[in-house]
Amino acid sequence: MNLSGRLVLSGSSLIVSGSALAQSRFNFQEPVTSVAEQLYDLHTLMLIICAVIFVAVFGVMFWSVFKHRKSRGAVAANFHESTTVEILWTIVPVFILVGMAWPATKTILYMKDTSSPDITIKATGYQWKWGYDYLQGEGEGIRFVSNLSTPREQIEGSAAKGEHYLLEVDNPVVVPVGKKVRLLTTASDVIHSWWVPAFGVKQDAIPGFIRDTWFRADKEGIYRGSCVELCGKDHGFMPIEVHVVSEQAYAQWVAGQLAGKAALASN
Amino acid sequence: MAAVIPDHLNEHHHGPSGLMRWITTTNHKDIGTMYLLFSFVMFLSGGVMALTIRAELFQPGLQVVVPELFNQLTTMHGLVMVFGAIMPAFVGFANWMLPLMVGASDMAFARMNNWSFWLLPVAAVMLIGSFFVPGGATAAGWTLYPPLSIQMGMGMDLAIFAIHIMGISSIMGAINIVVTILNMRAPGMTLMKMPLFCWTWLITAYLLIAVMPVLAGAVTMILTDRHFGTSFFNAAGGGDPVLFQHIFWFFGHPEVYIMILPAFGIVSQIIPTFARKPLFGYASMVYATASIAILSFIVWAHHMFATGMPKQGQLFFMYATMLIAVPTGVKVFNWIATMWRGSMTFETPMLWSVGFIFVFTLGGFTGLICAIAPVDIQLHDTYYVVAHFHYVLVAGSLFALFAGAYYWLPKWTGHMPNETIGKLHFWCSMVFFNITFFPMHFLGLAGMPRRIPDYALQFADFNAMATVGAFGFGLSQLIFIVVVVKCVRGGEKAAARAWEDADGLEWTVPSPAPHHTFEEAPVFK
Repeated sequence: MNLSGRLVLSGSSLIVSGSALAQSRFNFQEPVTSVAEQLYDLHTLMLIICAVIFVAVFGVMFWSVFKHRKSRGAVAANFHESTTVEILWTIVPVFILVGMAWPATKTILYMKDTSSPDITIKATGYQWKWGYDYLQGEGEGIRFVSNLSTPREQIEGSAAKGEHYLLEVDNPVVVPVGKKVRLLTTASDVIHSWWVPAFGVKQDAIPGFIRDTWFRADKEGIYRGSCVELCGKDHGFMPIEVHVVSEQAYAQWVAGQLAGKAALASN
Repeated sequence: MAAVIPDHLNEHHHGPSGLMRWITTTNHKDIGTMYLLFSFVMFLSGGVMALTIRAELFQPGLQVVVPELFNQLTTMHGLVMVFGAIMPAFVGFANWMLPLMVGASDMAFARMNNWSFWLLPVAAVMLIGSFFVPGGATAAGWTLYPPLSIQMGMGMDLAIFAIHIMGISSIMGAINIVVTILNMRAPGMTLMKMPLFCWTWLITAYLLIAVMPVLAGAVTMILTDRHFGTSFFNAAGGGDPVLFQHIFWFFGHPEVYIMILPAFGIVSQIIPTFARKPLFGYASMVYATASIAILSFIVWAHHMFATGMPKQGQLFFMYATMLIAVPTGVKVFNWIATMWRGSMTFETPMLWSVGFIFVFTLGGFTGLICAIAPVDIQLHDTYYVVAHFHYVLVAGSLFALFAGAYYWLPKWTGHMPNETIGKLHFWCSMVFFNITFFPMHFLGLAGMPRRIPDYALQFADFNAMATVGAFGFGLSQLIFIVVVVKCVRGGEKAAARAWEDADGLEWTVPSPAPHHTFEEAPVFK
């Protein structure tokens, strides 16, 4: 497509996208965990505070830019300090910051509580795929490797790109809805990072070390994310796909996986 | 290069001529000019890399470069812009202007000054040349995180040595600046009467001396991990990859203030001139600069919230980082109070300065949002961060550099820069800058990771927009070449005090500034 066509298309699709798509192009993805929800609200709050300050401060500046011009006959005043004003605009921001830090602190403490999980899964980053081990809880013993499933032709442009281009894998992670999943991350070669935006979970996977985080998905569905720490050539091609399913479907999936594993072992 | 400084400037000059003059010069003005030219060449080189990146990202799919080269380009774009363009440009301003501003005849260590500069082209050749060695340039990101950087080919070694050399250059430059400012001020110029640009550079120089050795240590450890069997950062040998991040960002965060504090200084010179009113809150500006510098040493781990540090760590680094908003806010308020009830005109330097305050502050706000540790979990390593640091580095440092260049071009060349072309340069840059980087906030919020050569389809529109903006922005910078060439060749003659209400010792010497100035110290009242 030529440049102008591309631009027109961008412009028009921007206008529709706001209302037509559930997935916002302008904001965080729709949260499906309590953590992601808190992050969403926290971000909105910060954005509003910043926007108000921005409008106030630059309202004053642009008022000055338009009114206090030499061409409008403005004569320069000669003041150059005011202890009162200077103390005031040092102290007031401190109070605003305290107001911002308070909810943020509560969220940090909530996010960091990885205790008493229902299921524990270990995600291992490899160049360039993810490996998963179900370590504890229902499904214990399941392990598989998850690769990008987008065909090479789509990337190189010889085939039309699918709906989930670069965000689809062969073996997705499956978790039951409403259960606390503790995720351990590590890596075998370089640092990777496991991110699913809708869960509000981003945790670096560091070789030689194990880090943990958690999520409890409240809504069934398919959620997608990707590696977010530069890890070499195919950093852009190691997505994450998580299927949140009902408890029943999860039990079925576990049974299937374990049966497959048993069949493999007996051969 | 000889064309840049008209010959009549050399009337008191008795050294070698031609190329040898530039190689052997110990004159702060010559060296300043060379720094500025060097940084502009590096700016264009880094810009070409950026445009290649943006061309690849114009549409989903791989069209222009393979992922290996893409990663080399993002890495080298960062290294070249930070160490080749922005930092040397500010040192160029320091060289040219500090002696003129404090009334000194030259920099304190003139020969060391020459060496500081001439190390840079050597480092630049090694850095850019690394594209052509087997395996290509380093592709580990400008942050050079191990173990990825340990996997790299010999391009990484060249980058390490280039960083060492540029670090030595920066440290020598910084020592020179500290000694010049502390010892060579004109009689009567007490520290609290110095122009603010001198203050910001004095504090920046201390930051440089403090953190460049830290970076040198970090990259040396990578070098020994790569070749001499150590395991500082190699987990297989008992090392800790995250240790590097702590060391790197202990350098890296003061580094971002190294790139912005002199910009604050330049803007603090320009706003009062065109508002025809003294700078509001001079003392609080000095204290704010010092506070920012001190705080910059205790906030480094806010770049590492996603590494999984304990909650106590997250809380400490979040609080400390948020505190930086206070002195930064003081600075912005002071500039606006300086403009308030002034008698303003908007010549090109003032346009760039007001543009700087507006767009830089936007980057400051996104910085505050990134400082909120839990929100940063969503934003870390996404395009939101790319947008944030380009708002503070391009609209911050670069815009201030242009402001300063337009402001002091009359002093450097003896001619006023062309207002029409200068304003065109400003408005094109401002508009295209925002077309390029504003959509990146949305990309980041919606979930596009940084440093990827290809992306999911929902990010296509904003990426196309950013690419169009980037090419516009890149081409707009060529306007600056036109302005400078025209200004060197001729144009309206500049008076000693080139701007109506400009204040400071640099405006008491003729324009262009003679080759030797203040051979006898002026008396500062």
